[in-house]
Amino acid sequence: MSPTPFQQRITRALNNRRAAGNIRRAMLGLMEKRQRAFPDAAALAALRERAASIRREAVAHLPQRLQQLQQQCEANGIQVHWAADAAAANTLICQILQEQGVERVVKGKSMVSEEIGLNSALAAAGIEAVESDLGEYILQLADEPPAHIVAPAVHKDRAEVAALFQQLPHPPADDAIETLTATARAQLRDTFRRAGAGISGVNFMIAETGTLCLIENEGNGRMSTTVPPIHIAITGIEKVIERFADLPTLLALLPRSATGQPITTYVNLIQGPRRAGELDGPQQLHLVLLDQGRSQIAADPALRDTLRCIRCGACMNHCPVYQRLGGQAYGSTYPGPIGTVFEPQQQGLASRGEWLTACTLCGACGEVCPVKIPLPQLINRLRFEAVRPVGSVDSALRGVGSQRRWREALLWRLWAAVASHPRYWRWLLALLHRGRRFTPTHIAPWSDCRQLRRPAAINLRHHIAAVTTNQRRS
Amino acid sequence: MSILPEPSMQQRAARIERFTRALEAVQGEVWPVSADTWPQRLLDYAAQQGIGTLLFAPETHHGRYFLDVAQHTPIQCLPYLDPIEAWKETLFSDVDAALTGCHGAIAESGTLILTPDATEPRLMSLVPERHIVLLDADQIHDTLSDAVAAADWPQPLPTNLLLISGPSKSADIEQTLAYGVHGPKQLLVLLLL
Repeated sequence: MSPTPFQQRITRALNNRRAAGNIRRAMLGLMEKRQRAFPDAAALAALRERAASIRREAVAHLPQRLQQLQQQCEANGIQVHWAADAAAANTLICQILQEQGVERVVKGKSMVSEEIGLNSALAAAGIEAVESDLGEYILQLADEPPAHIVAPAVHKDRAEVAALFQQLPHPPADDAIETLTATARAQLRDTFRRAGAGISGVNFMIAETGTLCLIENEGNGRMSTTVPPIHIAITGIEKVIERFADLPTLLALLPRSATGQPITTYVNLIQGPRRAGELDGPQQLHLVLLDQGRSQIAADPALRDTLRCIRCGACMNHCPVYQRLGGQAYGSTYPGPIGTVFEPQQQGLASRGEWLTACTLCGACGEVCPVKIPLPQLINRLRFEAVRPVGSVDSALRGVGSQRRWREALLWRLWAAVASHPRYWRWLLALLHRGRRFTPTHIAPWSDCRQLRRPAAINLRHHIAAVTTNQRRS
Repeated sequence: MSILPEPSMQQRAARIERFTRALEAVQGEVWPVSADTWPQRLLDYAAQQGIGTLLFAPETHHGRYFLDVAQHTPIQCLPYLDPIEAWKETLFSDVDAALTGCHGAIAESGTLILTPDATEPRLMSLVPERHIVLLDADQIHDTLSDAVAAADWPQPLPTNLLLISGPSKSADIEQTLAYGVHGPKQLLVLLLL
């Protein structure tokens, strides 16, 4: 059997020792920083419980919250647009920009813009887009997708960044991190000043006040949302929360879970475009709300927990699989545990079902998730969905049963029959024991990376029986 | 009468201490000042840092007060008077520092609360390399929750409510912090005691 594209990417990732080393080092660092940021286990537990209920409530009442959000945003002068899918969102954004004659945009970090492939849509419309988050800027120069949702260039070390920056008009003199950062600053200042529009993501949308909350450290997000005459914010519909008072809880968890910081340098709460008499800020503010499979996920009472996610990245930082592969091996926008849950639901089990088999079910992701998404349980549920007999259930999920292989299904059925009948079980054991000399040494692909075990010379059941009889005698 | 400070005064001192430590941990500077000497302290800082042009908000009390003291000094005080479109290039290339007030602070995280408005616009705290903030020590809350519960900001909420904790920074290369990315490289808080 030839390796699938996913397996090929995994092999490539494992063989790229440099990137693998960079990622592993970064993840170990982030895990330690997170741990130090939460010294009090009881306080953390209480905080997670509160955050989970805030997000649970919002996702359970998504239509009402979104309606309230739209009303409040519009009252604040924000133009709200709905996009059913990626194509609709791209068309909408290109249209807004073209109507205003915008040729150059500057972008703040947005995973949703990655999800919809906004940069290539803009390029096709003849609009130049420059990423301004340092990590995203590095990747745009390298023409690579992000390797992590919070730290996109985590797989690159300073020497690689310095080499990439050599193509700039004013390349850095050395590969010190301060020098590289200063290079990006100098390079992007003109970009911020001259951009006709800024495009950003959103961390939280507050329904009762019509607020867009953006958090960041660099200031590029504030630049993108304040300097150009037009600001377009794009995000998924699930990012809504009900009350302004919910914010402190989520802000206490998000940066601490992501990077161990108590707060990001900037928390930018935007209530609308420039008001009469104000001297700066965008004159137009558009909010593009993307569905792209999210309302379908919200319809399933168990799977909707996926939408609680606040995109801190803690699940991938703690995932033994992600730590060794990095995000690019997954081959789509959201890697790691949350991606393994979100992407198969959004893109269908046929194309993403294979991701589910890359999970070890160790449970670390579920333990660190700040909003208590039961990630291991959801992965397990989706695994079942992926191998269910086709047509056996009515489900909004696409690709139910797409990963079902008849040989595998037959083997499991036989196994279940034997394991649930003690007599058959004993027969099987006796058979394996007698034939232990004939145990194969290779069963590909299982034995490619594992040693096959031969049944022991003495059967455990007999061994225990013998020991107990001996004890009774003495 | 007790010789010990009153509990509220102790709390105030603890909050100031906590705020200062938290902000210094993220490379912010905090200078305790008094109401009548702060302009001079700021002028000293400007001289030490080689600040040529300082942006200020002419309609604010602190802006006018600083101008009074600074107008006979070599520092050039630039008032924020016109819509940004009219002088974007100047702001981006010729302004070394900006002086703003703030609406309060949060001790726990060393955070400043800014509510920019028509008189003191939002780009002042973002574009110049140095941001100097005047903070009244009585306006420090313990936590963000306390600040939100007190809701002591303008209603309806301003166009842009900002929480600022230190100068801009990034850890996008090798998870190593570097300060002064796209926002200010230095953040100085003049703490009015």
